[in-house]
Amino acid sequence: MENTENTKANAARTPEAEDRKAGTVSLGKLFLAMFKTGAVTFGGGYAMLPILDREVVEKRGWITKEEVMDYYAVAQALPGIISINVASFIGHRLRKVPGAVMGTLGVISPCIIIITLIAMLFTNFQDNVYVAHALQGINIAVAALIVNTIITMWKKGVKEIPQFLIFLLVFCLSLFVTNQQLPIYCVLGSLAFALIYKRIERRVRK
Amino acid sequence: MIYLQLFWEFFKVGLFTVGGGMAAVPLLLSMAESTHWFTQDFVVQMIAISESTPGPIGINMATYAGYTVGGIPGGILASVATAIPGVIIVVLVSRALQKFSQSVTVKDAFWGLRPAVTALIAYAAYTIINKTMIHFTKIGTLSFWEVFQWQKVLFFAVMLFGIMKFKKHPVVYIAIAAVVGILFKF
Repeated sequence: MENTENTKANAARTPEAEDRKAGTVSLGKLFLAMFKTGAVTFGGGYAMLPILDREVVEKRGWITKEEVMDYYAVAQALPGIISINVASFIGHRLRKVPGAVMGTLGVISPCIIIITLIAMLFTNFQDNVYVAHALQGINIAVAALIVNTIITMWKKGVKEIPQFLIFLLVFCLSLFVTNQQLPIYCVLGSLAFALIYKRIERRVRK
Repeated sequence: MIYLQLFWEFFKVGLFTVGGGMAAVPLLLSMAESTHWFTQDFVVQMIAISESTPGPIGINMATYAGYTVGGIPGGILASVATAIPGVIIVVLVSRALQKFSQSVTVKDAFWGLRPAVTALIAYAAYTIINKTMIHFTKIGTLSFWEVFQWQKVLFFAVMLFGIMKFKKHPVVYIAIAAVVGILFKF
């Protein structure tokens, strides 16, 4: 835990963190950070979260962990590919529309390059036995990275009993209901519940 | 002309992919039928390739399909077309969010959204664990040691400990895992 605090303290002193305070993260740096994120995200979507955390929160201090989480939440419910939506949110947060465009270009560029190379050079590269073993290993690392992220998110986002119930319900629904659109319903449902519950809670306290 | 059609078809994919890359699969299957740019078998092959390479699955699919139809410019065009709807929508939503970020309603909303997203991500983790090391869905049909692949679970535990303890860049763990995967024939 002490380690986290150190990382945060270090992040706050980097030149990039100063940039953010001035509101002038350069578009080039934004592109580079998102390019690096896109290049090492195996599997897209959620697999991107730990790497994104590292690049824009811990290393550069551009935004907070909570903001990244909130963008994920909203990105879930919006049309479009999750990683692109998150990249656009972060880009827009830092540098408005040019930032959104740059962030997205950064995330998609490595995939375009890699996939084009694969399409040009190999036909059945995933059938290669070494590639298959390496990917199995990578899947385990990705699982561990995601679990670590979940622990952090849990500490920040699941603090009260009703929040725990939302977590439990959404997890069980995901487990037992097979529906392509389920994540959207879960996001919209918990949104509606939160608005109603918090309103009632305030009224009761008065 | 082919490029214009390529752009439009993948713009639609980007617009209607809601909730993850796999949501693009039905759209790509119907695209295979209507355009004959690629076969439906090819779409299935693309899923495998997308899962084994970095980047969002939707974009990988667009690049691969675009490249086979229109070469390198085709690949770039299809990928950008897939990304555009997301960027436009996010810019609009983001403006509204920043304007109202201090409002009680927005704070209430995130109070409920954070645990929901944590659960969705927990489910994603479950899916990967189920696929790679503990085959929960095959309990009863396989023997205990086939369901519970202890070498992989052990490696997972070591990885998780390393991640929490040393806080290195994720790519370090991914690289180690690739080497371990090859050495131990995972």
